[in-house]
Amino acid sequence: MSLSQETLLSLYETMVKIRTFEERVAEIYYEGKTPVFDIAAGPVPGEMHLYSGQEAVAAGVCAHLRPDDPVTSTHRPHGHLIAKGVDLKAMMAEIFGKDTGLCHGKGGHMHLFDPTLHFGCGGIVGGGIPHAVGAALAIKKRGEDRVAVSFFGDGAANIGAFHESLNLAAVWKLPVVFVVEDNLYAISVPKSASTAVRSNAERGAAYDMPAVQVDGQDVLAVYEAAKEAIERARKGGGPSLIEAVCYRFRGHFEGDPELYLPKGIKEQWKQRDPITILGNQLKAQGWFSDEQAQAIQDKMTALVAEAEAFARQSPYPAPEDALKHVFVNV
Amino acid sequence: MAERLLTTAKAISEAIAQEMERDDRVFVMGEDIGAYGGIFGATQGLLEKFGPERVMDTPISETGFIGAGVGAATEGMRPIVELMFVDFFGVAMDQIYNHMAKIHYMSGGNVKVPMVLMTAIGGGYSDAAQHSQCLYGLFAHVPGLKIVIPSSPYDAKGLMIQAIRDDDPVMYFFHKGIMGLGWMTPNPRATGPVPEEPYTIPFGKADVKREGSDATILTVSLMVHRSLDAAEKLAQEGINVEVVDLRTLVPLDKETILDSVKKTHRVLVVDEDYKSFGMSGELVALIAEEALDYLDAPPKRLAVPDVPIPYSRPLEQYISPSVDAIAQAVRDLVAE
Repeated sequence: MSLSQETLLSLYETMVKIRTFEERVAEIYYEGKTPVFDIAAGPVPGEMHLYSGQEAVAAGVCAHLRPDDPVTSTHRPHGHLIAKGVDLKAMMAEIFGKDTGLCHGKGGHMHLFDPTLHFGCGGIVGGGIPHAVGAALAIKKRGEDRVAVSFFGDGAANIGAFHESLNLAAVWKLPVVFVVEDNLYAISVPKSASTAVRSNAERGAAYDMPAVQVDGQDVLAVYEAAKEAIERARKGGGPSLIEAVCYRFRGHFEGDPELYLPKGIKEQWKQRDPITILGNQLKAQGWFSDEQAQAIQDKMTALVAEAEAFARQSPYPAPEDALKHVFVNV
Repeated sequence: MAERLLTTAKAISEAIAQEMERDDRVFVMGEDIGAYGGIFGATQGLLEKFGPERVMDTPISETGFIGAGVGAATEGMRPIVELMFVDFFGVAMDQIYNHMAKIHYMSGGNVKVPMVLMTAIGGGYSDAAQHSQCLYGLFAHVPGLKIVIPSSPYDAKGLMIQAIRDDDPVMYFFHKGIMGLGWMTPNPRATGPVPEEPYTIPFGKADVKREGSDATILTVSLMVHRSLDAAEKLAQEGINVEVVDLRTLVPLDKETILDSVKKTHRVLVVDEDYKSFGMSGELVALIAEEALDYLDAPPKRLAVPDVPIPYSRPLEQYISPSVDAIAQAVRDLVAE
């Protein structure tokens, strides 16, 4: 399969955008939390789960999605939301808890909602999978050709919500694609210790659903598998399951000492940086120079810096606003 | 013109049918709600009228289909999802209280979840610990859910139409003993006049089902019936009881509650949910905070004690507030 230069460059840019955003958020996160780590301190308090290393999955799948294709995500949502096309300023402001954020500061890093992109996420493992089924149900009832995508991890593939959702999607033949981001660990528990099957792609058969496993560090492999699954759904062919094997370059959360990782495995994984892999593929085509790579990096650094400045300058919501938005109308 | 009498179950299904006619975004999902018409009759006749696309029988996958309801609602549909017995909430509580209830807030008001989760509550027919609970207190405790509990056919229809039209997530609790089911012990109050045209009853408006001056009973659901029966007995003894049917716990009609307490100076909460840490405690706290000086006697609570609901009839009758127990509680209250 040969993709156009434009498509490949777009994938590359998306991945660099995600990486740049995540690495900068990591730096900001530790502000105010040193010398002794205090999770409640600094401009970005609370938990932080970053996507560095997994960019190929978000980029490869979301390349096929329209703004009105619903996406549900997880506690590690930044990559998906950026690949969907979010306004980085509003996203960064939400992470800072500012009133100008996507959710007026009510959600924060793990509860980012952007209804203009039909995007939602949350911190309950597997919690968003049924929502994607419901979105697909709405789409089918209306006779539209939109597609819902649910991103979740290898850990989530063992929770009841996953199994119920796949069964429902298959029974009702819904336009939904389930994407398991298998980064080999659910916090500290390796997949080999938690999952009865070797690959979640095998579970597709349990629900009579097409399923594939792909190399999640290779954005072109993800792109190809996602294309097939999403087109299948758009044409009324029902749901699919994609397992993308990928690597999390940072800890499960920022501050994770990762004592559970075998020695040296991180360094091994970093040999397979998705951005480098695509960059090399582009160079091999003669479509890419180091200058172009640098230009893209500079562009993304500037975009992220603009988002950060916006977030820092924005006001916090008024404290009493905590009482607002429980109901639409009381 | 003869009044049109409907059972509560029929009133609920009529409400749903009328809304489904009016608004094609409304659809129904749940176990046995289609061909069977709902095991408590709440969706009778809907499948024939609207077909399987809009009246969907689901697999036994509460997390899956309640979560799907949430997802469909965020995409602009208006799902009515039935949780067969409230007791089954445990297998799906995450979707109810962490998602259905909270997505609107977490999104800063940007995402709406206009969903109705209706469910059967209550005991009194020997269905034991896992099929007889009320639990509205538990759900009222969690911010983000509107809690609706009709006691009569008239209220059931108006509150259901309101629930469907409301843009917020609503939990709608119908007591199995008020549905007018042919296979349950007959209950004359389960049938009543219901206007044919659609109408709404606002949330946050309690209904004084019986006026009185000697004591106030605050209650919901089947206990409204038992309280009215007790009030009739007590009237013959010269004790006039005001029975306030709260109808919705969230939002709560504090004004009607406090007005009644200020008038009668004595209050009894009758609650078929467990006594501790629930509706009865909440109402007493409210009265203590805002009407303490108006009380001539300490508030009384008659509720199911903090025990799982037992199977054997004498055991269950012992723990469920009976007409006689309610009447005696009022006598004790006015004697103080």
